[in-house]
Amino acid sequence: MSVAVFFTAIISSMLINNIVLLRFLGVCPFLGVSRRTESALGMSLAVMFVMVIASFVTYLLYYFVLAELGITFISTIAFILIIASLVQLVEMFIKRFSKKLYKSLGIYLPLITTNCAILGIVELNIAANYATDFGLWSGLGVAVTSAFGAALGFALVMIAFSAIRERLDGYPLPESWKGVPVSLVVASIMALAFLGLGGIV
Amino acid sequence: MSAAIKQKKQEMSRLANLTKGFVKENPIFVSLLGMCPALAVTSTLETSIGMGLLVVFVLTLSNIVVSLVKNFIPAEIKIPSYIVIIATFVTIVRLLTEAFAPALFESLGIFIPLIVVNCLILGRAEAFASKNNVLDSTIDGFGMALGFMAALMLIGLTREVFGSGGIGYGIYLPLPIEGVIFANEFYIFNMGVLAGPAGGFMVIGVWLAIFNHFRLKKEAKKEAERLAMIEEKKRLAAERKKQKALESAGA
Repeated sequence: MSVAVFFTAIISSMLINNIVLLRFLGVCPFLGVSRRTESALGMSLAVMFVMVIASFVTYLLYYFVLAELGITFISTIAFILIIASLVQLVEMFIKRFSKKLYKSLGIYLPLITTNCAILGIVELNIAANYATDFGLWSGLGVAVTSAFGAALGFALVMIAFSAIRERLDGYPLPESWKGVPVSLVVASIMALAFLGLGGIV
Repeated sequence: MSAAIKQKKQEMSRLANLTKGFVKENPIFVSLLGMCPALAVTSTLETSIGMGLLVVFVLTLSNIVVSLVKNFIPAEIKIPSYIVIIATFVTIVRLLTEAFAPALFESLGIFIPLIVVNCLILGRAEAFASKNNVLDSTIDGFGMALGFMAALMLIGLTREVFGSGGIGYGIYLPLPIEGVIFANEFYIFNMGVLAGPAGGFMVIGVWLAIFNHFRLKKEAKKEAERLAMIEEKKRLAAERKKQKALESAGA
């Protein structure tokens, strides 16, 4: 177990398997909240926050409760409940301790429950079977690290995409291409660029 | 007599309720709901059909159950309860797919559990099933899910034909026969990139632009008709005024 494992986990989940462009998770906020760079940044921070905590909690839940009891088939129901209550908890916590952070993240937090990026990363962490590859506790580290990397990848793509969209707003496009269609084509070109990063690890 | 008319009207509105998901309120091309599966599992026609069938099953059943229990759920825990109902049906289809269509299960991967967070299903539960009776909710859920499936199939067909040059069948769905239609007839179009991740965004973007084009044209035509009607009314009014003035002058 070395630092290289964690480094590989971050790079691979951030760039090579980018969560939005190559795994198609969290496309709704990617198209919905990316009109301005400021809101894209807020959404990415909220996603990062919840994603790391959720993968930590669900990993423990899966291996120490569901697997012990032999009821892993209800994992989807358990995970979505955990994520929903976690979002509520994080919202209350932030509201109590940091008014400023709440002002910038508050409106994005309720949207996160139904953000498929969170549930998707949690399910991927379980499907990747880190516990058998690295041992139970090191597996937890790798799962949380790759969740953090995925959130970084989400932030990277959100901010780059919102910057492009701000430029596109003032551009003389044909009427039928304005808005979402041209954004999707831009996303497609970005996905092509990210495909080129395959194989760097 | 009036009862018969009323019944006919109700039937008409039910038909409209069933068909609105295809064009007027299409989940993908109009409301942009459920974009994640629309991008991820549409690289072939068959996986699109498989995903569509799973969504038909989950959305119809969750709409039925939500509309059955709508009066027992307190308003504060409405959304979590709906999510649990949906997650239950998703778990059922997940286990059924794993048992009866293992190839489909393998290729859809995590997008089967992710049906839970598909905005379309929660959206229908919240917007329709929690306010209407069981029969209407069933029709609504079934129609909307069929519209979603139709959109997925359009995307899947485009990507498979232009991406791989043919349409395979029996590979992912458990059909008794398998093979490929038009194996190489579309080879001149062979654009492998469309079958990959970038192709999903590209194909949906292009289809959206095409649909937008027709929608805008229709709207422009309607607007022109409306303006022409106003013009016509003005002309008639002016004529009548003239007539009246002439009459009064004559008198």
